[in-house]
Amino acid sequence: MKEFHIKQMIKSNSGIRKADVINRRMFIIGAAKVVVFVGIVARLFSLQINENKKYLTLSDKNRIREWKLPPTRGNIVDYFGNVIAGNLKVYQLHIIPEQVENFNYLLLRLKNLLNLSDKRIARINKLKAELKPWESIIVSENLSWSQFVKINNYLYDLVGVKPVMTISRNYPFNDVYTHVLGYVSQPNEQEILENEIIQERFVPGMKIGKLGLEKRLENHLIGTNAIQRYEVNAYGKRINQLEHQKGEQGSKIRLTVDTEIQKACGKLLNKKAGSISVMDIYTGDIIAMYSSPSYNPNLFLFGISQDEWQLIRNNPLKPLINKTLSGLYSPGSTIKPIVALSALENKVIDTKFKVKCTGKMELYGQTFHCWKEKGHGWVSLKNAMKQSCDTYFYEVARLLGVDRLNITAEKFGLGKKVLGDYFDNEKKGLFPNTKWKKNNHGKGWVLGETLITGIGQGYIQSTPLQLCMMTAQIANGGFAVKPKIIVDSNPISYEDAKQSMESGLLFDTDSEELLDKKLFKNQKNIKIVQEAMFASTNERFGTSYKSRIDDPKYQFAGKTGTAQVKRISKRERELDLELDQIPYKDRDHALYVAYGPYVNPRYALSIIVEHGGSGSKAAAPIAKKLFKLIIDRHDLRNKQSNFERINV
Amino acid sequence: MFQHDRLSNEITLFQKIKNLDYILLISVTLLSVLSVFVMYSTDGGEILFHTKNHFVKLAVFFPLMIFVAFFNIKFWHNFSYIIYFIIILLLVYVSFFGIKSSGSQRWMDLYLFVLQPSELMKVAIIMCLAKYFHRIKIENVNSFTSITIVLSIIVIPIIFVISQPDLGTSILIALSGLIILWLGGIKIKYFIYSFITFLISLPFIISFLKPYQKLRILTFLDPDRDPLGAGYQIIQSKIAIGSGGLDGKGFLKGTQSYLDFLPEKHTDFIFTLFSEEFGFVGSVCLLILYSIIIFRILRIGSISRSNFARLFCFGYAFAIFIYIVVNLSMVLGLLPIVGSPLPIMSYGGSSMLATMIGFGIVLSAKINHKQMIA
Repeated sequence: MKEFHIKQMIKSNSGIRKADVINRRMFIIGAAKVVVFVGIVARLFSLQINENKKYLTLSDKNRIREWKLPPTRGNIVDYFGNVIAGNLKVYQLHIIPEQVENFNYLLLRLKNLLNLSDKRIARINKLKAELKPWESIIVSENLSWSQFVKINNYLYDLVGVKPVMTISRNYPFNDVYTHVLGYVSQPNEQEILENEIIQERFVPGMKIGKLGLEKRLENHLIGTNAIQRYEVNAYGKRINQLEHQKGEQGSKIRLTVDTEIQKACGKLLNKKAGSISVMDIYTGDIIAMYSSPSYNPNLFLFGISQDEWQLIRNNPLKPLINKTLSGLYSPGSTIKPIVALSALENKVIDTKFKVKCTGKMELYGQTFHCWKEKGHGWVSLKNAMKQSCDTYFYEVARLLGVDRLNITAEKFGLGKKVLGDYFDNEKKGLFPNTKWKKNNHGKGWVLGETLITGIGQGYIQSTPLQLCMMTAQIANGGFAVKPKIIVDSNPISYEDAKQSMESGLLFDTDSEELLDKKLFKNQKNIKIVQEAMFASTNERFGTSYKSRIDDPKYQFAGKTGTAQVKRISKRERELDLELDQIPYKDRDHALYVAYGPYVNPRYALSIIVEHGGSGSKAAAPIAKKLFKLIIDRHDLRNKQSNFERINV
Repeated sequence: MFQHDRLSNEITLFQKIKNLDYILLISVTLLSVLSVFVMYSTDGGEILFHTKNHFVKLAVFFPLMIFVAFFNIKFWHNFSYIIYFIIILLLVYVSFFGIKSSGSQRWMDLYLFVLQPSELMKVAIIMCLAKYFHRIKIENVNSFTSITIVLSIIVIPIIFVISQPDLGTSILIALSGLIILWLGGIKIKYFIYSFITFLISLPFIISFLKPYQKLRILTFLDPDRDPLGAGYQIIQSKIAIGSGGLDGKGFLKGTQSYLDFLPEKHTDFIFTLFSEEFGFVGSVCLLILYSIIIFRILRIGSISRSNFARLFCFGYAFAIFIYIVVNLSMVLGLLPIVGSPLPIMSYGGSSMLATMIGFGIVLSAKINHKQMIA
């Protein structure tokens, strides 16, 4: 028993000693535990309290994704507020691949319903492979209403298909404004990179201006993106929509053009190649600017088909060229008012100065023909202009010299861009002088060249708009106008424009300086030229006498022109062929410049019909029809002048 | 002996129930309830697979804990070695016939659920070593034989676990074992020497690591070196915790979690979700709850008469502490990512089973704290 007790004691003694060791060592560990827990709490504190903002931002960055929607372009309206480039609701068809049960079956059904081409089907399959399953594929960008209805009827059978309504550019007048407005289409990479605003606002499916004012005014028209915020999961799938930030539509832009007149121009040039420009002679407002033939810009919105594109591209009348601005023509006899004015201003001739026309003029063994073989006999300025006598103007040009003529012509806007930088396809044209020839051809000027310059042939090249402006500046009494196509923030009424113009000086709002508007030395000379132009249209034997309007309300003054496309050979001159006997390409261009009403004039125009034959037969009759309309709309336009002020 | 037996026999069922540690029990219950709610949140606010299974496991293992508690601590002492050997056998079985999943072979199919024996080893090793140090004379603790034996007890299961491979659990087993060695009275200098040896051989050990383990360490050192790949987990975890702020985003409103930015949110990263939704306040409360549990276990250890119970309680308290620290340090970006669950909170049957058995034994020690074991 004793032994047992001792053993027990030793054992329990050992047990107690052991317990002491355990307790002591536990205490050390316990202290360490507290330290570690405090460390963990400190870490939690630093993450959750100190750096909370940082991690909250990161967490939002994780879960919130923004989707930009295409911005809505601003409308472009005509002078009267009619929308000429607007936006239209279009119906589109999207497929969301992840919702589709049987993709091939669906495509087959859609192919039958919408008559999709095999190419289109292949494209859809390609897109499907490229995109994430929840990203929608656009099957058709523009469904017709009947297609849209059809799809909606079969929707039960088309799982994963989503009919969508969206907004697209629309040109309600189709081809009427194509060359003014241009059109919009999907941008290419370079176009995106070139323009910072486009770069910032670009979203797939967005369209930008490719040509004309749509391109020039892109930054005003583009509008801002609507933004949709979605919560997304780790795989980028949208879970729910958080908010919608509305975008702002692009600026509305009001043009100076009149749709009725523009439309009439289109009709008058139907099936012809050519151009009509109409301008307010005081304000410089371009009232119409039509290049024929035109094409429908709506075709480009959803990608033009190859066939349609080839049809436009290969049309021999060249619809893609904006003839008003980029077409370069010899002005022909339409230059004669400037030749006469220059000679009068330089006191080379006076109203009594006469030349005998025998039908031709010999100079250094070269023969220069008048259009009238028999000749006009003795002609003064008025008669020469009226009957467009070439011999008279050969002689005047000879006496004047090309350099003096050049100065007058350039004053009146020839050889310079009319609308400046608004259209990047506008051409400068050319009015030659001796220095120009030396610099560009390395040869001296020849007197014969002066002669043909005097009748608007030779090196001289002008755009229809230049001729229109030239005429406007003669019509308004010889004052410079600043042509414009956009109604600016502070539109000036034509009466005000007229008044300030006739005071001779004008404060230019763009350059902020007083400009000398006078283009003449003696205003009487302008008057003489105006009278001669009046005679040309309104007196017997005038070249456009047949196209006159007697009613003083519509009465106009003008000058015909017939520009040779190629040199007429002696044989051809003898044959004196009728128009339809000459191949189209070799026919003369028909031109006509005019202004009206003759008393208190207001508008100037220029008409050119490519290969139309003579100006009096092909171009002047168009002016007769147009002037009635233009002047009838005069009061309407006046009422409208303060209608809306838009900042561009 | 007789006296002791009689003493133990005196405890009736009623007394057992009365002697349960209610603070510990309530804390574990709270933790369990909380874990179900958090699991419900990981399922996106619906009662889905994880919530259901987690609840069922709790419903089975919580009573099991009480059941374990009703066995006398002496019983657990007596069976410690046997339990240890059984689990070694299970580890051997797993290494040959175990279920493979994502590159490691850790599990065995028990029809009702899949068991991971290495998790059970985390408790068994504490039992085994507690018994060893209970029985050995204090004079012999630092003898060569004794040190060889205890090291073998630690190393043998680790060899199996590390070859599964499962670095996280191996480390936890090793740490649990080492703490008993420390408490049992192994000389401090041995710890210092082996720590120095460990540091010196560290580069050598690293060269033995699997490529993915090396990657984890590199990622830990600089998570931004591959933000979408290896560093993704830790970056997203830090974002979730950091964005929780003071009071969290609210229950079921953790965006990082329900938008699937958080990886492994049911298991190792459960704290991340909790912390995102309940913030700093919630996280500290959770830590306090864990601290109460640890403190209670320590207290039960200190009132235990037998050194077995004392060693087990202290060891187990330390183990729980280590699990928490390793898990939290990992999700907070303080340690490299090693797979280690958060006790009770994380989804996972074996881990919960082991934890509950551990608590059961602790409760048994409480009920029988006056029990002497020869």
